Amino acid sequence: MRAEAHGTAERWLLATGLLTVMPHALHLPAWLIAACAVLLATYGWLGRQPHAQPPRVLLLLVAAGIAAGIRLHYEHLFGKDPGVALLAALLCLKLLEGRGARDVRVAVLLAFFLQLGLFFYNQTPAVAALALAGTLAATATLLALHRPRAPVREHLRTAALLLAQAAPFMLVLFVLFPRVQGPLWGLPADAHSAVSGLTDTMSPGSISELSLSDDIAFRAEFAGPPPPPAQRYWRGPVLTEFDGRTWHLLRPTFDTAPAYRPDGPVYEYRLTLEPHNRRWLLALDYADAGLGGVRYASDFQLFAERPVRSRARFTVRSRPQAAVGLAESEAVLAAATRLPAQGNPRTHALAGELATGNPSPQQVLQRALDHFRGGAYTYTLSPPLLETDPIDGFLFDTREGFCEHFAGSFVFLMRAAGVPARVVTGYQGGEINPVDGAMVVRQSNAHAWAEVWLPSEGWRRIDPTAEAAPMRIESGLSASLREGDPRPLLMRSGFSWLRQFRHRWEALANDWNQWVLGYNPDRQRDLLERLGFADADWRMLTMLMSAAASVLAAALFGWAFIRRRHADPLDRAWQTFCAKTARRGLARQPWEGPADFARRLAAAFPAQAAELGRIAHDYAQLRYRSPGTPADVRALSQRIRRLTLS
Amino acid sequence: MPYRHVTRLLEAASQIILGKEHELRLALTCAIARGHLLIEDVPGVGKTTLAHVMARLIGLQFQRIQFTSDLLPADIIGVSVFDRDSSTFRFHPGPVFAQLILADEVNRATPKTQSALLEAMEEHQVTADGQTLPLPEPFFVIATQNPVDQIGTFPLPESQLDRFLMRIRLGYPDRAAERALLMGEDRRSVLERREPVIGPQDLLDLQRTARGLTVTDRLIDYVHALVVSTRRNGELTAGLSPRAGLGLLSAARAWALVDGRDHVLPEDVQAVFPHVAGHRLHLAADGRPAPAETLHRMIEAVALN
Repeated sequence: MRAEAHGTAERWLLATGLLTVMPHALHLPAWLIAACAVLLATYGWLGRQPHAQPPRVLLLLVAAGIAAGIRLHYEHLFGKDPGVALLAALLCLKLLEGRGARDVRVAVLLAFFLQLGLFFYNQTPAVAALALAGTLAATATLLALHRPRAPVREHLRTAALLLAQAAPFMLVLFVLFPRVQGPLWGLPADAHSAVSGLTDTMSPGSISELSLSDDIAFRAEFAGPPPPPAQRYWRGPVLTEFDGRTWHLLRPTFDTAPAYRPDGPVYEYRLTLEPHNRRWLLALDYADAGLGGVRYASDFQLFAERPVRSRARFTVRSRPQAAVGLAESEAVLAAATRLPAQGNPRTHALAGELATGNPSPQQVLQRALDHFRGGAYTYTLSPPLLETDPIDGFLFDTREGFCEHFAGSFVFLMRAAGVPARVVTGYQGGEINPVDGAMVVRQSNAHAWAEVWLPSEGWRRIDPTAEAAPMRIESGLSASLREGDPRPLLMRSGFSWLRQFRHRWEALANDWNQWVLGYNPDRQRDLLERLGFADADWRMLTMLMSAAASVLAAALFGWAFIRRRHADPLDRAWQTFCAKTARRGLARQPWEGPADFARRLAAAFPAQAAELGRIAHDYAQLRYRSPGTPADVRALSQRIRRLTLS
Repeated sequence: MPYRHVTRLLEAASQIILGKEHELRLALTCAIARGHLLIEDVPGVGKTTLAHVMARLIGLQFQRIQFTSDLLPADIIGVSVFDRDSSTFRFHPGPVFAQLILADEVNRATPKTQSALLEAMEEHQVTADGQTLPLPEPFFVIATQNPVDQIGTFPLPESQLDRFLMRIRLGYPDRAAERALLMGEDRRSVLERREPVIGPQDLLDLQRTARGLTVTDRLIDYVHALVVSTRRNGELTAGLSPRAGLGLLSAARAWALVDGRDHVLPEDVQAVFPHVAGHRLHLAADGRPAPAETLHRMIEAVALN
């Protein structure tokens, strides 16, 4: 039976439990969080009732119930997600089951582990702050176990001090511990899971889905002024194959340099790409040669050697006005005019009209653009569904669509009229974050446009969406949408404060990403080289780590030693005495005076009561009666040194 | 030997008031520190008897003033009465002119009357008709107070509470003491047969000895740290005043003397702290006087080297 109501340590433990389990609400199932909340509330409530302890059988039943629930929810009990869920539930149950200091310690260790578990899901600064708060509370719980009567502020202060003292060691480990390639926290299974972003196919609706997401796709920091909005076309997958409904990526051929002559004005920028689990990279049209570890595809895409599973950073120089594809191969052009044999008859008919009178490809293009401009097409995020013959349906019936409708239909029309064309997907636009000056491109900037091949000028970018809704390109998505269309949250009017906050937050998160999460083996090597340790292998790192930790520990010890040296010799003698008794299991309480302490010692060590009493008495005399001579103090400290407690 | 006086006094007192050695020590400590004592408890636990015992055993001139709601300041200090023979006003001293005053149920009188007594306590003199009259020495006031939530009382304001050096509670006697109480003779009649064990001059000597007790710098540091910690404590409305700090130190000296030492230890400060600070500190949360466990926490929050 619990003998009394909750003390400070138990209250701290409750706070630790709350601070540890609640952040997990972001990914744990709602029912489990509710169960944990009920368990913690019960613990808090029981703390107010002396002599209350839930029956063990009930706790066992609850534990079994929760385990069964987790098994049902995740369909197994092994792996990261059910593991964390089980731990969270067990922590809450452990509080209810706890009866003594030992159980509090076990619960605190569990809490430490669960705080670590937060990083399995998310590594943002906010999560780090939450975990730090939990760690602080857990440390304070341990302190409260030892000094239950000290005020709460004292616990908090000491815990903060302890963590601060640990910080330099943490920093050494962070900087020097050998790094592995790949995301620091993501477990292998997570790295391949679905991440929102462009895909290698495009069908009606696939891009408009993305347009509601405020997630960052990538950030670009320009060395000079950024290009004007109308030139911000970030090239992604180029889709050439069409099966009547969906556009597909054509397996491109690769080279180590771009297949065009780069000229015209150049924009240099550093691009930080969020992981999307695909191999393609994004860059402004058209990237210059000389990117390390990047392959240039024949359709001017950039590919990494392996899928981007952690934040990738590379410096690109782009020349938007370069002429590309002047000498395009027959095979590419053939692929760019291929259409399914069946379907969309009305579009074929329209293409026949455009091609009457044997016009040049330029003229066909002009006529098609005129058709798009004059066709009363509406740009909307929620177009009506298209059944069979989606191109026909869009061009002639619904006339409402998003960029994928415009781009897909336009390319289809051009091909039907005999002009090679293809769909390019990627991102259009980008917004400068006023806090750090970087351009942020979000998933809502996802876009699709067309490229048309003209014999005299090669591939020319045509954006049919711009013909129907020029505002999309000049002013962004929001300005071009109809009243009542759903918008990404950040684009709604009346949310400017939110946008401000988001800018600041993203700038902070970027620094965090660059310096904390992005600290990969390359950066570690760079840093060590700058410190003068070239080619550091793990042995070197281990040595450096031990050396740094030793220096830090020596500094801390030195500090403590100097403080002790400055202490009065009588104080030192008394501290030695108290340390000696503490080793035998009887520590002087910090506030305990010599006479009170002597009484406790006499009870604990009756055989040596006289000697212990004498020492305490001498100390009290020297400290609180008359200072005595240095010889008196020396005599006392010798007496203390000779003392052996049995 | 002043210390012998202490042991004899305590021994005699504890034969009359059973099972309250600690409280008797505290009461004596208060008298030796030249402070005044406030006893706060429910009726019938022996508050009045304690005052009688002290007066009797030290041989002090004793006056009891029963405070009631219609008591006037003149009833305490005295009045000037016109003397027809000499055609002058003659001052008739009130009950305050005694060496030990028992102010019984001090919180039943109006604030005006209370303050008349409290001024006398502070100044050790009274002023009547423009004349300042010194009070006898030693001058020791024991006031009793029923818990303030009883009806028909005027609780002493905080500024007046500060004039009492210490506040103690007596509490119910333990089993053995209460059995002895029930079986034995009436305490009053026991007391009336007792002769004083020391005299008023001995109390004055003890007071002087206590003032001369050794206090080292380290102990002053400790008292200061303790007082400062009450001022930094967020649980309280306000910390201890410098006057309270002085009171704490003189109470610690007196306690050390009662304990038979010629120097003051931190333990002495800790022993008197709850009684010196208890009625001066109030919880910010509800304005109640700081409870015992809060006071103990304050002691435990100040480390000794």
